[in-house]
Amino acid sequence: MIKYTTKILSFLTPLIALSTAVLICSFILNLIDQDPVETFKSMWEYGITGKSLVSILNRSVPLYISAVAVAVGFKMGLFNIGVEGQYLLGALLAAAFGSYMSLPPVLHVLLILVMASVSAGLWAAIAGYLKVKKGIHEVISTIMLNYIGTGTVAYLLAQVFFEKDEGDSLKVPQTNYLPESAMIPPLNKMLGIEDLPDLHGFLIGAIFIGVFYYWLIWKTSLGFDLRATGSNPVAAKFSGADPGRLIILAMVISGSIAGFVGMSGLTGYYHRYTIDFPSGLGFAGIGVALLGRNHPIGMALGAILISFLERSSQILDLKDVPKEIERIMQGIIILTVVVGYEIVRRFVLTQQIKEASKEVLDE
Amino acid sequence: MTRMKSKWLILFMVFGLLIAACGGSDTAEEAEVVEEAPAETLESPATTAAPTATAAPAGPTASVCMVYDIGGRGDLSFNDMAYAGLEKAVNDLGVDAQDLEPNEGGENRAELLSLCADDGKDVIIGVGFLFGDSITEVATAYPDVNFGIIDSVVEPANVSGMVFAEHEGSYLVGVAAALKTQTNKVGFIGGVEFPLIQKFEAGFVAGVKAVNPDIEIDIKYATVPPDFSGFSDPAKGKEIALAQYDAGADVIYHAAGGTGAGLFEAAKEVSESSGSKVWAIGVDSDQYNTVSAELQPYILTSMLKRVDVAVYLTIESVVNGTFAGGVTTYDLSVDGVGYSTSGGYVDDIVSQLEDYKSQIVSGAITVPDTP
Repeated sequence: MIKYTTKILSFLTPLIALSTAVLICSFILNLIDQDPVETFKSMWEYGITGKSLVSILNRSVPLYISAVAVAVGFKMGLFNIGVEGQYLLGALLAAAFGSYMSLPPVLHVLLILVMASVSAGLWAAIAGYLKVKKGIHEVISTIMLNYIGTGTVAYLLAQVFFEKDEGDSLKVPQTNYLPESAMIPPLNKMLGIEDLPDLHGFLIGAIFIGVFYYWLIWKTSLGFDLRATGSNPVAAKFSGADPGRLIILAMVISGSIAGFVGMSGLTGYYHRYTIDFPSGLGFAGIGVALLGRNHPIGMALGAILISFLERSSQILDLKDVPKEIERIMQGIIILTVVVGYEIVRRFVLTQQIKEASKEVLDE
Repeated sequence: MTRMKSKWLILFMVFGLLIAACGGSDTAEEAEVVEEAPAETLESPATTAAPTATAAPAGPTASVCMVYDIGGRGDLSFNDMAYAGLEKAVNDLGVDAQDLEPNEGGENRAELLSLCADDGKDVIIGVGFLFGDSITEVATAYPDVNFGIIDSVVEPANVSGMVFAEHEGSYLVGVAAALKTQTNKVGFIGGVEFPLIQKFEAGFVAGVKAVNPDIEIDIKYATVPPDFSGFSDPAKGKEIALAQYDAGADVIYHAAGGTGAGLFEAAKEVSESSGSKVWAIGVDSDQYNTVSAELQPYILTSMLKRVDVAVYLTIESVVNGTFAGGVTTYDLSVDGVGYSTSGGYVDDIVSQLEDYKSQIVSGAITVPDTP
């Protein structure tokens, strides 16, 4: 009975959160003399055009990967806020070295992916090491490592990998373009949507990462240890899990996944690291992980929802509606989902206690 | 139980995709129809009549879309100048205008540009060199739409690149600084250290040295790329300015967008606490008119970069049907750059400034554009 109610409740929570967000935003829109129905209608109509769908999927891929990276940490109670620095560093190194090499097509792409993943994983390992050996909380160290990481990226980009061009006085710092062998072709041809903008090929990579995450956390003994440590560190320790080793491992895995965040854009669109390279995805991923409750499919839906809001809100400027309304919606959705799940959790807990005590009393 | 939930989710996703797929094809067709409009308007030079049926109902002479640089409206400088040009076009030419702002990282520039193109705008202007890549991409995808970009030149033939001779204008304010300094020390604050802003530096330095080669110039940049926060960090601007005034400079010129607000505050603070007046020189717009009254007495002059004129002329060329791609350079000879006289603080040296100006225009003086 409890299990059944829990399932219904946790399925309803996101829907309730979404409706709450729509309601509150309607209220705000009313306050600023805008028609909420008209606003949401134009967002929906624009959001489901073919072009928008491609854009939404392209946006979702890095968001999803970032969320998975964060979720690996969450699963064992680690808060990896450093995804931002990890993926930017990985992307820069992959872009820079990838542009210097010439390799056969598939190998070249693989090498770039491995380079991004390994460098991001090593960067994250620093935070794990600091926590285990020096007792520094990972929130502090990953935030600080973000600063160091983005600073390092800035330095490397401007001073090391940037080839100044005397003839072009307006050129801004950027790495060289990747050769064609390092690009992942778009999926448009395969899906028969050639009239639409490019759907980045790394979408498939994101699906692989989702499957890997599911397998790792729920199907391996390492995943079991991670989850056990996350829900009860003391009990896990007595059952034989080595917390120090697990912390470093979790950080490295989280970081290695974070390394893929920039790969969709790098191999599918930008083909180089430039000042325009998308940043902030590491932080956005935290929200998506919360939205999706660290569940591989939940996070995918969360990423698609956030991407949908971001894309569809662009039309609002043309309708003279302040597009900041989308920001408010995002915030409300994440807040209500988190609060909603907490309410469900407490409800279930009290029900369990009630039933247990009833059983004891009956005896 | 988990399996049941996943089933629901999958069902939900499939349903969503189905709806999406249906909607997609419809709108794609619509978009194509809209795209035709600008092309037709271009073919007939008398665009004022708006003869096409598919175009917006009679009224606006042309529709303009402008996408701002990071920072957007309200920087009292670069972006606001672009807006001023757009506003003038709305008032004088009767165009229909739309202005958009990219998200913080600026990754959606290309999407906003194509949003405007899909909406059937006649001309789409990207404010700032950062639009280089995205405008190339979108202009290639929409060869029938006119585009404009400020501070950059790109390849597609349907893009008009508007570039400025900032070094020439900076030369003149450099002359003004040199003529006004009492301490024989002046300062320069750049927003971000990269070639575009180094152009301002080079011109300023050359102008100062032309008057008196012995004047010392203190050069500081707020940030280095890829950190572009140096254009929107007044606190940092103030910090640098205070240090430069403290080191003896009494005239400081900034080329740092919103960061410059900190310079003006520093000028007021230093003047009041030390009792001897120090000057600040503004950039892009006539900043005497953009700051509050209490800061006005410290703004000696401003290096004008007439982004507004460039924007207006580009829109006008579309309305008149004379739009052409390629590069247009706005230099001293066409008053694309210059200096402001608001406040009257340079009235006593205007004749000297005009003398230098005519020498630059005639080619007697060549101003360097790299430091």
